[in-house]
Amino acid sequence: MALYSDKVMDHFRNPRNVGVIEDANGIGEVGNAKCGDIMKMYLKIENDIIEDVKFETFGCGSAIASSSMATEMIKGKPVSEAMQLTNKAVAEALDGLPDYKMHCSVLAEEAIRSALEDYQKKKEAIDTVGE
Amino acid sequence: MIYADNAATTRMSDAALKTLIELSKETYGNASSLYTLGQRAKEVLEKARADVAEAIHAQPREILFTSGGSEADNQAIRSAAALGKAKGKTHIVSSAFEHHAVLHTLAKLEKEGFTVTLLPVHGDGLVRPQEVEEAIREDTCLVTIMYANNEIGTIQPIREIGAICHAKGVLFHTDAVQAIGHIPVDVELDNIDMLSASAHKFHGPKGSGFLYARKGIRLTNLIEGGAQERGRRAGTENVPGLAAMATALSEAEAALEERAVVTAAKRDRLIQGLSEIPHSALNGDAKKRLPSNVNFCFEGIEGESLLLLLDDRGIAASSGSACTSGSLDPSHVLLAIGRVHDVAHGSLRLSISDDITDEEVDYIVRNVREVVEYLRGFSPIWRDLCAGKKEFIL
Repeated sequence: MALYSDKVMDHFRNPRNVGVIEDANGIGEVGNAKCGDIMKMYLKIENDIIEDVKFETFGCGSAIASSSMATEMIKGKPVSEAMQLTNKAVAEALDGLPDYKMHCSVLAEEAIRSALEDYQKKKEAIDTVGE
Repeated sequence: MIYADNAATTRMSDAALKTLIELSKETYGNASSLYTLGQRAKEVLEKARADVAEAIHAQPREILFTSGGSEADNQAIRSAAALGKAKGKTHIVSSAFEHHAVLHTLAKLEKEGFTVTLLPVHGDGLVRPQEVEEAIREDTCLVTIMYANNEIGTIQPIREIGAICHAKGVLFHTDAVQAIGHIPVDVELDNIDMLSASAHKFHGPKGSGFLYARKGIRLTNLIEGGAQERGRRAGTENVPGLAAMATALSEAEAALEERAVVTAAKRDRLIQGLSEIPHSALNGDAKKRLPSNVNFCFEGIEGESLLLLLDDRGIAASSGSACTSGSLDPSHVLLAIGRVHDVAHGSLRLSISDDITDEEVDYIVRNVREVVEYLRGFSPIWRDLCAGKKEFIL
């Protein structure tokens, strides 16, 4: 049996949505270099819809694949729906991850949640200024 | 495919494979049986023992055949510990970057009441003989230091360490799994009391190895159940495998110096090429290392993704990153030489064979450079380093 599913290898070899959004209005970064995984998510949200999403990841094959898959799963979706994304859904969409790699999908969920929370915080700040 | 993971295992040599197949077909008798077929197997087994002994300048009766290096390490340490305990000596000296076959055995002995001192290996990956001398106490029963490290290939000052141990009357064991068949090893000249080796690291078969134990050292059994190996290791002998090991070792010894020179030249070409990648560093001393070993850290990337992409390009290598070890911590060897976690995750070990060509070396260098650049291109750490938000370590 191969280490990873074909889907993981596909997303690892050809990661979707790689890069940076210069005018992102939601940014989240999770993980740490000590453990060998860092994910950074950039969101461009308009009218509560995720118009664009990009990521940068330092990590193993499944970390890169999980980031890529997670971005695909929230692109074009309303913020409320993206907030519901779970690590399990990411892992399932990748046709599974080895047990000891499940934390990579957890990081992807956390990175997206962190970016969404950053967006909401910024939005609240702007709304407050507008009052 | 370019196979650059010879420290993990090697391809069997044609001669060793021939021995293995022919003996499996024709000399399948049990070496303990008294009829001709059994006695023929016994002869082959003893010839193998004599050949192995000759290769390391030992006596045949000092060679105990095992299933490999891990078993030999376990038995050597367990035996020295039992001998020590009988005399009230329960202290063992070793190093921080030993193979886990040694470290885990020592950890078990600690639970049984032994005390273990793990010496530092410094930035160059070398144990200091003087520190061995200082660590030896009245109650020290064993010093166990590997001949050459499996990850970074650094060759330890074994002869000096052995001399210190002998002067102090302490048993000296060395895990020589990475050294045997690659660099000259002589148990007499090197002052070695016990030595572990494994056939599949020098183009022999898997599942065969040996433990050298100087005459007079009483070994403790790990496996009970028969009189094989003079009662020190029960189980029907793997005659074809052990004979194939002897074939591979004799072959390796005959060509040792010539192969070492050729391989070291390729190693240095690899090191030279990879050094040109920015923010990279060689792990371990550049010269006091196995002719086959190259080990680098690349800042800002993680080792497993590097390995997978190199595999896609036909290069088989290994890494000390956490993700390749199945744990959260990167290689204990890289941490022992002072690499911080962030950098240790981005390591690459290339262990070559003498048959690699200059073109293949250059192919590796070019592809490692491209893959490192590619991975850095979307690494948030690399972005922070380049933006000056973090200090470069390498």
